[in-house]
Amino acid sequence: MSALLEARGVGKKFGGVQALKDVTLTINAGEIYGLIGPNGAGKTTFFNVLTGLYTRDGGEVLFAGSPLRLGSPHEVTRAGIARTFQNIRLFGNMTARENVMVGRHARTGAGVLGAVFRSAAARAEEAAIRRRADELLHYVGIADRGDDLARHLSYGDQRRLEIARALATEPKLLALDEPAAGMNATETAALRVLVEGLRADGVTVLLIEHDVKLVMGLCDRVAVLDYGEKIAEDVPAAVQKNPKVIEAYLGGSVA
Amino acid sequence: MDQKTKAYAGTFLIAAVLAVAPFAVGGAFGNTWVRVLDYAALYIILALGLNIVVGFAGLLDLGYIAFYAVGAYLYALLASPHFGLHWPAWAILPLGACVAGLFGVLLGAPTLRLRGDYLAIVTLGFGEIIRIFMNNLNAPINITNGPKGIARIDAISIAGQPLSKAIEIAGLKIPGVYLYYYLFVVLALGIVFVSIRLQDSRIGRAWVAIREDEIAAKACGIDTRNVKLLAFAMGASFGGVAGGLFAGFQEFVSPESFGLMESVMVLCMVVLGGMGHIPGVILGGLLLTVLPEAFRHGAGPAQQALFGKVLLDPESLRMLLFGIALIAVMLYRPAGLWPDARHRREMAEKKS
Ligand SMILES: Nc1ncnc2c1ncn2[C@@H]1O[C@H](COP(=O)(O)OP(=O)(O)O)[C@@H](O)[C@H]1O
Ligand SMILES: [Mg+2]
Repeated sequence: MSALLEARGVGKKFGGVQALKDVTLTINAGEIYGLIGPNGAGKTTFFNVLTGLYTRDGGEVLFAGSPLRLGSPHEVTRAGIARTFQNIRLFGNMTARENVMVGRHARTGAGVLGAVFRSAAARAEEAAIRRRADELLHYVGIADRGDDLARHLSYGDQRRLEIARALATEPKLLALDEPAAGMNATETAALRVLVEGLRADGVTVLLIEHDVKLVMGLCDRVAVLDYGEKIAEDVPAAVQKNPKVIEAYLGGSVA
Repeated sequence: MDQKTKAYAGTFLIAAVLAVAPFAVGGAFGNTWVRVLDYAALYIILALGLNIVVGFAGLLDLGYIAFYAVGAYLYALLASPHFGLHWPAWAILPLGACVAGLFGVLLGAPTLRLRGDYLAIVTLGFGEIIRIFMNNLNAPINITNGPKGIARIDAISIAGQPLSKAIEIAGLKIPGVYLYYYLFVVLALGIVFVSIRLQDSRIGRAWVAIREDEIAAKACGIDTRNVKLLAFAMGASFGGVAGGLFAGFQEFVSPESFGLMESVMVLCMVVLGGMGHIPGVILGGLLLTVLPEAFRHGAGPAQQALFGKVLLDPESLRMLLFGIALIAVMLYRPAGLWPDARHRREMAEKKS
């Protein structure tokens, strides 16, 4: 197995809070890699650092063999990392289809002249964008909601739409931030099928999740963060038995 | 009638109305009012340009009139005795679009991290800076002729025929204001076309995405910096064209024409009409050009007839009514008089 993403000694500080401390981890191509940890452990921060939303204080990130540049989210997306957000961030007043079409931005190129003169090439590209958007809506199972406004979709469908939009960028690595949060059991089961399908289609997945059962069932390997530090990284069965992990979960989140 | 026939019929109707409008208006109310229509077309071009920045991309720009000024002064400098240059309009207007677009990028670049109120304040400052430059660039080298402005600017000519002079076609005398009307309307239609095409494109979607959620837009691979700059540049270039037309039409420019009040006026056209909605913006431009003129001409005589004397100076009354109308629209139609569905939803969302 080859490494798709290597984070080496990544750190991030917010004022006095050390949100990430020297995090080193490797995600292999083709696997589903879980990232778990108690609330406030730094999982989302890791995503934000990875995708260029926050600048990291230290360390480096290698993706597909080349270093990721700091602070340029759109370049990270172009390099092949797409993400969803813990608190869903759709374009609420655009339709579901338009949301996915925006996701094609990184892989298309029509500019002002193409838009105004509608050359044959520009028209073909626009048609391809639309076609791909419909395919992806179908892929995540919301083909019939294409014309609905994103904010009128049910919670579960919004999560799916966000995944479709992320897939539209043709990622090598898809990073999902708590995709099952707020979902009921049926929706979670469907999500699981979707993510397994992604792996079968060759997309590497980085999954932050609270639902331990889902993570353990789905992931090939799991890393555990606690107070910004990686305290374990192994196959799910081993992680579950790791005393440090048990300690972090029992000691960390009483609520 | 099927869809296509309807579309053709509609287009034909609009074309016919636009074609006879100056004759109807000129015949009924006199040529002063055709001149008002000329200005309306100019303002519609301006408003459509600002609409790209404010309506499409959601960036509040209060210094937009600066690009109008740049276009106007460029025309004035290149086609007047001031420098003894007499370039033709067809060369200056595209150049004006480019130069104004460049200014758009220059003014846009430092403000990219700002949003909302902060962006408004900074762009307001930029607008004033340009005006102050126009006012003061008469020493040590006299470039803009300062507050006195530049006079005796060449009228816009087409095929050697200056539009300021009446022409006769088959015994029908067509005055200059009519000719300008047709030129401005044709250009405004061109700008409408460009706006519609832009809105329904990859770039247009990117603008809406940035307006809706900038972080998500970035995560979709949109280079928000470039796409915003593009909005500034496109909007500014429309303003530059309008400015050039204004200079050729008036044959005189001075810094006074490009004050903050003008920026506010154009912004009002966009906001009152319906941000981001092209028909709404056109309506806004038309109403806010024609109604104030109507008040100016009508308020004095109306008071005379009602009260036997003029109680309120028409100019102040005009501003008063304008203010009241603005407040009323913001209260009862916050998304504008003729909003598009998306903005209406956004406004409803903010309210609830
Ligand atoms: N933008 C921010 N500014 C300040 N502190 C932050 C910010 N984002 C996260 N943090 C802090 O970093 C820590 C990790 O947060 P986060 O990564 O969201 O945790 P998780 O996703 O694992 O629940 C928390 O203490 C949080 O308060
Ligand atoms: Mg989180």
